[in-house]
Amino acid sequence: MLLGTLIYGFVNSAILALLAMGFNLTFGISGVANFAYGAVYIFSGFSVWILLNTLGIPYLLAVLIAILLAALMGLAIYYGVILRIKGMPLSEVMATFGLGLAIMELFRYFDFVGFRYTLPVFIDGSFSIGDVYIDYQRMIIGLIAIGLTFGLYLFTNHTRTGLAFRAIAQDERTALTFGIDADLVGGLSMALGCALAAIAAVVILPLGTIAVEGGYEVLINALAVCIVGGLGSTVGILVASVLIGYSQTITANYLEPHWMMLVSLIAIAIVLVVKPSGLFSHQKELEERI
Amino acid sequence: MNRRKERIDRGVKARSADIFALTSYREMLYLMIPGAVPVVALLCFSPMLSDYWREVIISTAIYALLAMSWDMLMCAGLLSLGQSLFFGIGSYISGSLNYYAGLPPILTLPIATILGGLLCTVLLLPVLRLRGIYFAMVTLVVPLMLSRLVEATRILGGTEGLTGLTPFPNQLTALFIIQLALLATLFGFRRIMGSDYGLVVKGISDNDRSVMSAGLNIYWYKAQVLFLGASVGCFAGAFGTHMDMFAGMPGFALDYSIMPVAAAVVGGVGTFAGPLIGAFILVPLSEMLRALGSLRMVFYGLFLVVFVVGMPEGIFAYIQRKYQQMERWVDVS
Repeated sequence: MLLGTLIYGFVNSAILALLAMGFNLTFGISGVANFAYGAVYIFSGFSVWILLNTLGIPYLLAVLIAILLAALMGLAIYYGVILRIKGMPLSEVMATFGLGLAIMELFRYFDFVGFRYTLPVFIDGSFSIGDVYIDYQRMIIGLIAIGLTFGLYLFTNHTRTGLAFRAIAQDERTALTFGIDADLVGGLSMALGCALAAIAAVVILPLGTIAVEGGYEVLINALAVCIVGGLGSTVGILVASVLIGYSQTITANYLEPHWMMLVSLIAIAIVLVVKPSGLFSHQKELEERI
Repeated sequence: MNRRKERIDRGVKARSADIFALTSYREMLYLMIPGAVPVVALLCFSPMLSDYWREVIISTAIYALLAMSWDMLMCAGLLSLGQSLFFGIGSYISGSLNYYAGLPPILTLPIATILGGLLCTVLLLPVLRLRGIYFAMVTLVVPLMLSRLVEATRILGGTEGLTGLTPFPNQLTALFIIQLALLATLFGFRRIMGSDYGLVVKGISDNDRSVMSAGLNIYWYKAQVLFLGASVGCFAGAFGTHMDMFAGMPGFALDYSIMPVAAAVVGGVGTFAGPLIGAFILVPLSEMLRALGSLRMVFYGLFLVVFVVGMPEGIFAYIQRKYQQMERWVDVS
């Protein structure tokens, strides 16, 4: 039981970290809270399904196309909607929220509901650690979460684009004087955030069915992790997803699975009362709270 | 393009700006007509409609109340994406009072309004220190979590909800109750925001730190505004419960969150008349599109995006401009 909790808690944490990564990246760099995040997640899931089952494209290619599509969608949202209302956070939230809702409900309207909407796992089968059985897909999730974290770290610290991202995040005006195009970086951060959502969708969705409600759940989980960890802080995201992931798994194992979603709410409530800017956020403390 | 549009206040607006408006019928009429339009339209014309359209007006009014409650919060800079929290809480309070204690609607409505307002205020009190998108995120999460709580603990009827509640005696009574509430909210909120108190509330949304440095406790003001908004939302919930004779988890559904925001943005934020107009455009429209099923949520979402991006001032500001100002093209070459 204990070993199982440890392993499945780790997988759960990896899932949460994957979900929160894209949302956090976009917010941390361009300051845009992308409330259409859950919709992008669902969109990528369904587009892989359509590419795979209706058009008969090989799985790997379908995945790559879906990720590319999600990134393009992010760019389109940024240039079509967000750029026109940039600097008005409340309008940004309302517009992305409305857009996400429209996308998700459009899938519901076209009857994308049911158990047949599943993605195949990458490698079938499972193996055991001690007396705990774990399937390969869950292990892949863990590996990809770790890999993406390191990849993002390298990207933001050792590439020109990544450094430009961080420059915009730290001080937009100074970055402008260095010739960094803030709009382009914003658009790219949105595209990257959406691509990360697509990667998360492709990796996580084979565990269950693709459902429209899942989009809302994804958004809530991402928000919970980001609020607890502190928006815009990568270390915070990791710590928060481990915290929430393990407490969810423990609740599910020792109490009842129904209570799992409540853990996030309680975590949010506690963090907001004690330290509203999140556990690991320093610089933006004054902006979000007074 | 050697010309530009010039806007000048109408003479009658300037003349009716102060006490001398009382000297002429025309000026008094000019001042009174905008206020009289909703009163006459609601109280006189809606009872003449058919049963079906009265029903539509009632559900429109419920959404309009939620939209005005959203607008009140927005006046203090609190963006709520979870109006269904208020709706659900009001609905559960009046529903359980009626179901378990057998109280009639005439008692459950006021109790649910006050108690629900207090409950929501206390519930969101720790979050009031947040602002902007942080507040929005929390309000988005809370109603969904509450419906999970009901599902997990199976309290208050669990997933089935409370059924067989007392309905209103007849449709006309319900119609008048909700319309009176609607008008009272509209004029009451407009009055509040026009007073000095409203000035402070507006100041909180514009620049909270300067209000703080004026020696005012902004949390106390925010809590009061939250109570006002939440009470109106809870009234809408309580009313809807008795209308449907059902209280349950759908009260926390996303419909009640997105629709008020869309209505308020379409109509014009911060005017209270705007959300009313927005609701009276969007809800009957979606009623006509009922055959499209869940596609109407898509419409709400798209309306929201288009108006936030393309016409952020809303319909009401446009009408107001036409009413108060005259426009003409001027040669500037």
